[in-house]
Amino acid sequence: MPKTIIDKIWDEHVVSAAPGAPAILAIDLHLVHEVTSPQAFSGLRARGLPVRRPDRTVATADHSVPTTPHDLPIADQAAANQVRQLEQNCADFGVPLHGWGSAHQGIVHVIGPELGLTQPGSTIVCGDSHTATHGAFGALAFGIGTSEVEMVLATQCLLQRKPKSYLVRVDGQLKPGVSAKDIILALIARIGVGGGTGHIFEYAGSAIRALSMEERMTICNMSIEGGARAGLIAPDETTFAYLKGRPHAPQGAAWEKSVDYWRTLTSDADARYDKEIVIDADALEPMVTYGTNPGMGLPISGRLPDPSQESDPVAARALANALTYMDLTAGAPILGQPVNTVFIGSCTNGRISDLRLAANVLKGRTIAPGLRLMVVPGSTDVKRQAEREGLDRIFRAAGGDWREAGCSMCIAMNGDQLAPGEYAISTSNRNFEGRQGKGGRTFLASPLTAAATALTGRITDPRTVEQARQG
Amino acid sequence: MSAPKVGRFTSAAIPLPLENIDTDQIVPARYLKVIDKAGLAEALFRDWRFNADDTMRIPPFVLDEPRYRGRSILVAGENFGSGSSREHAPWALLAFGIKAVIATSFADIFKNNALKNGLLPIVVPQDLHAQLLAMAAGDGASEITIDLAAATLDSGAGAPYHFPIDVFNQKMLVQGLDELDYVRTHSEEIAAYESAHPRPIDTRSTPAEGRTA
Repeated sequence: MPKTIIDKIWDEHVVSAAPGAPAILAIDLHLVHEVTSPQAFSGLRARGLPVRRPDRTVATADHSVPTTPHDLPIADQAAANQVRQLEQNCADFGVPLHGWGSAHQGIVHVIGPELGLTQPGSTIVCGDSHTATHGAFGALAFGIGTSEVEMVLATQCLLQRKPKSYLVRVDGQLKPGVSAKDIILALIARIGVGGGTGHIFEYAGSAIRALSMEERMTICNMSIEGGARAGLIAPDETTFAYLKGRPHAPQGAAWEKSVDYWRTLTSDADARYDKEIVIDADALEPMVTYGTNPGMGLPISGRLPDPSQESDPVAARALANALTYMDLTAGAPILGQPVNTVFIGSCTNGRISDLRLAANVLKGRTIAPGLRLMVVPGSTDVKRQAEREGLDRIFRAAGGDWREAGCSMCIAMNGDQLAPGEYAISTSNRNFEGRQGKGGRTFLASPLTAAATALTGRITDPRTVEQARQG
Repeated sequence: MSAPKVGRFTSAAIPLPLENIDTDQIVPARYLKVIDKAGLAEALFRDWRFNADDTMRIPPFVLDEPRYRGRSILVAGENFGSGSSREHAPWALLAFGIKAVIATSFADIFKNNALKNGLLPIVVPQDLHAQLLAMAAGDGASEITIDLAAATLDSGAGAPYHFPIDVFNQKMLVQGLDELDYVRTHSEEIAAYESAHPRPIDTRSTPAEGRTA
């Protein structure tokens, strides 16, 4: 029977499949961070169990850590306590830690790929819904809860029913100024935030093949925003070129052997999917969200939808509630909406290529008066690379704030947050009520759109900025 | 570890007819800096229940309306629990006294997390959903009985509804069995699998000098 890449990876990892029970699925890589792991380690202690495979487990501190200079202590006592607890847990259980202040610290979904730990064909889990990011390498990667974190720490396995498959084919070619973020925001706007529930996305098509690894990560990252726990892209030469020579990537003969295996990880031509959708890349514009979930997005030239035009009363009320929270007017254009803050960073768009795109737009210019621009590299390695290239100087000269690595204002746990009522355009992944600070209002967009908006203080089409068109 | 055990319970319901309620609303991120599971009841729907100065909203959010206090079943809209994987969401619902959430659909990770903790995510069809919402918001204290062993939801109107539930989850919760203990009974198979499937991943190896960012 023809198989999808999802079938191939799944079948390779089934340890046991008893009738009536979910499969026991072997996990190749378990990523751990400070927020969703403390109760899991406590559970291990209560059971008197070790971590079964510390060599397949790696931790970092990203969610609650400050992005201020590391020579200052963590001021928030609860966050400091959580980071200390992670350090203690990793020391007690022998788990490698890229902790706060260390050379490879960063957002868990940025450091896994850049260190070469994220490899094609793997099963990867983390107590974090954006684990789907790693699917960009042709890995089966998904977010889990803390009970499951405890199970994986103890057994290196997970109990899972096999999800259904959902082919997302993106054909054609992106126009200048339109980027990977716009593809995924367009998909979610079409299928809704529950559209992929129970499924795994496989992204395919010529527009996906043309993307760099970092762009592919941006797309897979937001699979969960379309309801899918995982999303992946079959590995190809782009994948292998990205991985080769990275610190934890296989070397020498092991590299050749791995690549030979990775080349088999494609969906068979006649493989069947439970659902399919086709997106025309040529027709895409830059996308911006206007509401309080990532499915509430529209092309940047569009107008805000009107609840009175919505036939479904529940959807009409949801839309009306969102416009009220956002304090936006139905029918108004999204272009030109003023913002107070521009946030560039996160596991979605905090990688070096994202920072290069934004810096290219801001080079030699200054941001709008009164605007706050916060640029937060996704990892300490990204930060060092950006500084080698002088990007930090471009952001600072433009009037922006250049920070240490972390999740920062994507989740607003660390003090980097919006004030009530403030508007942000953000390269992150969620525009939920209060996500970036209680009462804060978020427009999600690409790094190009965010940087173009920083120049004017109003939502700006990056295609009207020469440097963004070249980006 | 004591695994959750769920049997039969009866309660009137709390109506919360909103779609796509995300886990950031159920437990705002600033409450995730805890290292245990205690005290999360106060975080539940915090920003919908309280003003910035920690005073309760007026009129109160549905959970705080006097007539709904003490009820242990929540009826919410489709795709409940979307977004973040935080298990703090079911922990907080349980800490507040909620034993079941009824909706037309649930987000995958929330559903898993709820079942691990004995919070029942019960999927019902549209018409029954509308009926349960109307009953919950009505004047009478119309009670619903949920029986996990039988997988039935009985609202007193018509025949009990058989709700879909994974047979494995049902068995584990009815018998109070622990999933981690269950997986550990397969330790020999896990060890055999691991020796037959070596992987070129070692997080403990000293990272070679190599390209990173």
